[in-house]
Amino acid sequence: MKLLVPVRRESRIVLGVAFFIVFVALWSFLSMSGAVPRHFLATPWQTVASGWNLFATQGFTHDVGMTIWRVVGGFLLAAIIAVPLGIAMGVYKPIEAFFEPFVSFARYLPASAFIPLLILWVGIGEAQKLTVIFIGCFFQLTLMITIIVSGTRRDLVEAAYTLGCKDTGVIRRVVLPGAAPDIAEALRQVLGLGWTYIIVAELIGASSGIGHMITDSQALMATDHIIAGIVVIGLVGLLSDLAFKKVNQHLFSWSLLR
Amino acid sequence: MSRLSIRDVSKTFPGHRRNAPTTQALLPIGLEVGDNDFITVLGPSGCGKSTLLRLVAGLETPTTGEIRLDGTRIVGAGADRGVVFQSYTLFPWLNVRQNICFGLREKGMKLSEQREISDRFIAQVGLRGFEDHFPKQLSGGMQQRVAIARALANDPKILLLDEPFGALDNQTRVLMQELLLGIWEQAQKTVMFITHDIDEAIFMASRVVVFSARPGRIKAEIEVGFPHPRHYTIKTSPEFMALKARLTEEIRVEAIAAAH
Repeated sequence: MKLLVPVRRESRIVLGVAFFIVFVALWSFLSMSGAVPRHFLATPWQTVASGWNLFATQGFTHDVGMTIWRVVGGFLLAAIIAVPLGIAMGVYKPIEAFFEPFVSFARYLPASAFIPLLILWVGIGEAQKLTVIFIGCFFQLTLMITIIVSGTRRDLVEAAYTLGCKDTGVIRRVVLPGAAPDIAEALRQVLGLGWTYIIVAELIGASSGIGHMITDSQALMATDHIIAGIVVIGLVGLLSDLAFKKVNQHLFSWSLLR
Repeated sequence: MSRLSIRDVSKTFPGHRRNAPTTQALLPIGLEVGDNDFITVLGPSGCGKSTLLRLVAGLETPTTGEIRLDGTRIVGAGADRGVVFQSYTLFPWLNVRQNICFGLREKGMKLSEQREISDRFIAQVGLRGFEDHFPKQLSGGMQQRVAIARALANDPKILLLDEPFGALDNQTRVLMQELLLGIWEQAQKTVMFITHDIDEAIFMASRVVVFSARPGRIKAEIEVGFPHPRHYTIKTSPEFMALKARLTEEIRVEAIAAAH
């Protein structure tokens, strides 16, 4: 192994798959050998079977759909406000000075700690779930976009002024296109963050969703269902991430040129 | 008629921290640049020659004095002064043609006209066939040619160049000088060209303005009388050599002063 030398595409796939095999083998060993009792840790096969069962007979598709809509909904609400606000904070320093200290503070407030309060304020309905995701995503995203926009190349801005642009033209034709690939990347990362908050939000006071299924299964000691639920979250997260990446690569192919 | 008129212009930069000393980049200077003049500003690094260009471009405000272009006082940057920077400043998300049309689009020019003008300048800087390339797909010399075309397409009253060929290898730099001089001989534009390269300063200029070490002031103004069109072979002529020797002496003193 040489430092920082990339591997070939085929070996990368083989290596990536290999670890999944190692992982499943270890899991099988622990669960099948009896090292961990079956009712604490379901075997991989049980998990797949009950995952199938969840989708086929217990309407799990509805739960997955609800969870996706909550994540995407809360994330979009956060993005709709955070993107323009972050851009404004990035280009206009007084606006940054006004909001930045509070946003930096709010970023460290754990979204899950708001759940009891939110239940009091907005009940246990969809509004509560969306708000948790919103709080979890919004402050993080605002700060990331502010930093991205602040990093706009000054020489490009100056070039635009000498070509006749006014402030709005510079924002529209230099700041935005220059920051767009990084903003898209920030959105992708923060969507992943949304997935980590949704389950916590659904563990309390939900009547549907993957998190709700997991709490129900805990009461029944159905570890196979719990693990199946966790795996589904991982897969959906992975798929949304890949889709996001593809779209970014397509939209901002110029930024990938070397 | 005098196109560019610089009167008693000086520039002092504030210190970075509170109570830090201020930096005087430019002592009060005066300079007149006539219509269609090609002046080069020659000086050691850090002498304030780039500051002068940025003041004319409107990217900095003078501490004292004023700069007028065709009698109008310069406040802020504008499309009437085209700038080619030392760093590569093409917009990386736009291809060659879109970069050249950047200022034209800002003016709201019709697409057909934009195309016509960009075609002309693409041909003039020798980049036919590269219209759809992105900046990262071009060499440094090609990027600077696009930058020159982008500035000229806007039809500015004056073209300001801040060591545009400084980062290029020697052979490319010489070719770029010939290219720029050729464009100037055809188009007749007022040009202000900043450089620390003596050959470059003499070869293109009708007048060389020599700067002192920081704080910058004008040390000498030297007319360069070689007829146009100029061929690169004049660089080995005795007259050129004599001028070069004289400027080398002037600059050497300043470079030594700057190093201390």
